[in-house]
Amino acid sequence: MSVIQLSYAAGIADADLDRLRAGDSVELTGRVLSLRDASAARLARTLEAGEPPPVSLESGILYAVGPSPAKPGQIIGSAGPTTTARMARFFPALFAAGVRGIIGKGELHGDEMSPFVAYRAVYFAAIGGLGALLAKQISSATVAGYDDLGPEALFALEIHTFPAVVIIDRHGGNFHEMAQARWRRTE
Amino acid sequence: MCRSAGSAQSRRRMNDRRGGPSGPPIREIEVSVLRETVARLIVEANYNIPADILQALRDAVIREESPLGRRTLEQLVRNYEIAAAERLPVCQDSGFAVVMLEVGQDVHWTGGSLQEAIYDGIREGTKSGYLRWSVTGDPTRMLKTAGGDMPGVIHVDLVPGADVKITVASKEFGAENMSALRMFVPADGVQAITGFVVETVERAGANACPPIIVGVGVGGTFETAALLAKKAVLRPINVRHSRPDLCRLEGELLARVNDLGIGPQGLGGRVTALAVNIEVYPTHIAGLPVAVNLGCHSTRRISARL
Repeated sequence: MSVIQLSYAAGIADADLDRLRAGDSVELTGRVLSLRDASAARLARTLEAGEPPPVSLESGILYAVGPSPAKPGQIIGSAGPTTTARMARFFPALFAAGVRGIIGKGELHGDEMSPFVAYRAVYFAAIGGLGALLAKQISSATVAGYDDLGPEALFALEIHTFPAVVIIDRHGGNFHEMAQARWRRTE
Repeated sequence: MCRSAGSAQSRRRMNDRRGGPSGPPIREIEVSVLRETVARLIVEANYNIPADILQALRDAVIREESPLGRRTLEQLVRNYEIAAAERLPVCQDSGFAVVMLEVGQDVHWTGGSLQEAIYDGIREGTKSGYLRWSVTGDPTRMLKTAGGDMPGVIHVDLVPGADVKITVASKEFGAENMSALRMFVPADGVQAITGFVVETVERAGANACPPIIVGVGVGGTFETAALLAKKAVLRPINVRHSRPDLCRLEGELLARVNDLGIGPQGLGGRVTALAVNIEVYPTHIAGLPVAVNLGCHSTRRISARL
């Protein structure tokens, strides 16, 4: 199974996102900003009020994660993805502010998927419950905002060869729907 | 494998284990023992998933036909090996603590509040094990509270004797959020149970972190069904129901949900669930309550005896 290396410095390039197809296995290397229920709600409120976010979202990738505390000597505690759908209602505001992609886990359909289509954003699924392993793909973690939210704060994370699968691409594909239909057994 | 009929005998023997006419002596247990046990168990549960689940995942790697599903399962197994070896939480979501106690009726707790000892144990274990504090004090979020007062739920069953069995589960909310309860009526029959289980697993899809464990609670009242489903999802997955018909239903339901094609992490495949566990309880002649509690592939539970 081939894996596409997706490396980006400041922000992810349009051409790189165009190339991706639903079902592609990728390894991401670059900077992501963490997102969770509380931080997503606050970010969306801030943006809708016309105020600047605590950190730029331009061309950014958000990672749905609320890490566990780092043990002494660790960069970050366990840091696998959380369920993306819980935050889907805030995506239109975040995409309008420049976000190009989301890393998370779980499925997005219908109203949860349409903002991706409207803003040409890409959805990557990481493996849920891979917390200990994925923490090793994170080389730096700093709080970039909303420190009061604890594990739900906005963490700026440097990720390296971080494994994920493209679920929603820029061409109308939704890999969860395609793959499950393919493997479904009907009587 | 389903047992043949006649296993009700063992249940009768259990019920006969009560004390004689003069009654057995009271056994005193310090609540601090319980606090320390809870603290230890919650850490162990989060570093090591149960052996039966790990074995089922290893078996699933062989059984899964989808290459992407196989790779996913292999990564899960590797995650659990690393977490155990390096003593790390298997998942950043160390869950909401569910503490189930089976307390012998001849036990007397000393040295403070039983509830507070359990809550303290949860707090201590979460801190010492570097687990994520995932508790919000007010579920409505209308109050801005820290959420440290009741950091878990406690269920107590009183049983004959003077033994205490404690089970600690760290219930993650990816799968918990996809659980469901419905009040059917008798005319809906067994097919209602089957349909509801399949529908719940299908709706959960990748969000419940498959391969999942499906706990089904049938009977009692509204809240009994939910609690039965929780007990079912926390039952070891290599233990089938002792009633042959329910054991067969577990097998049939497992086949049905695996036919959905959801597969590991919803990426398509044969292994959507590792097990379907059913627990039943008598109910009203007008009712058929059914609850389905889902557990992710790292359903964390651990038991000890005091």
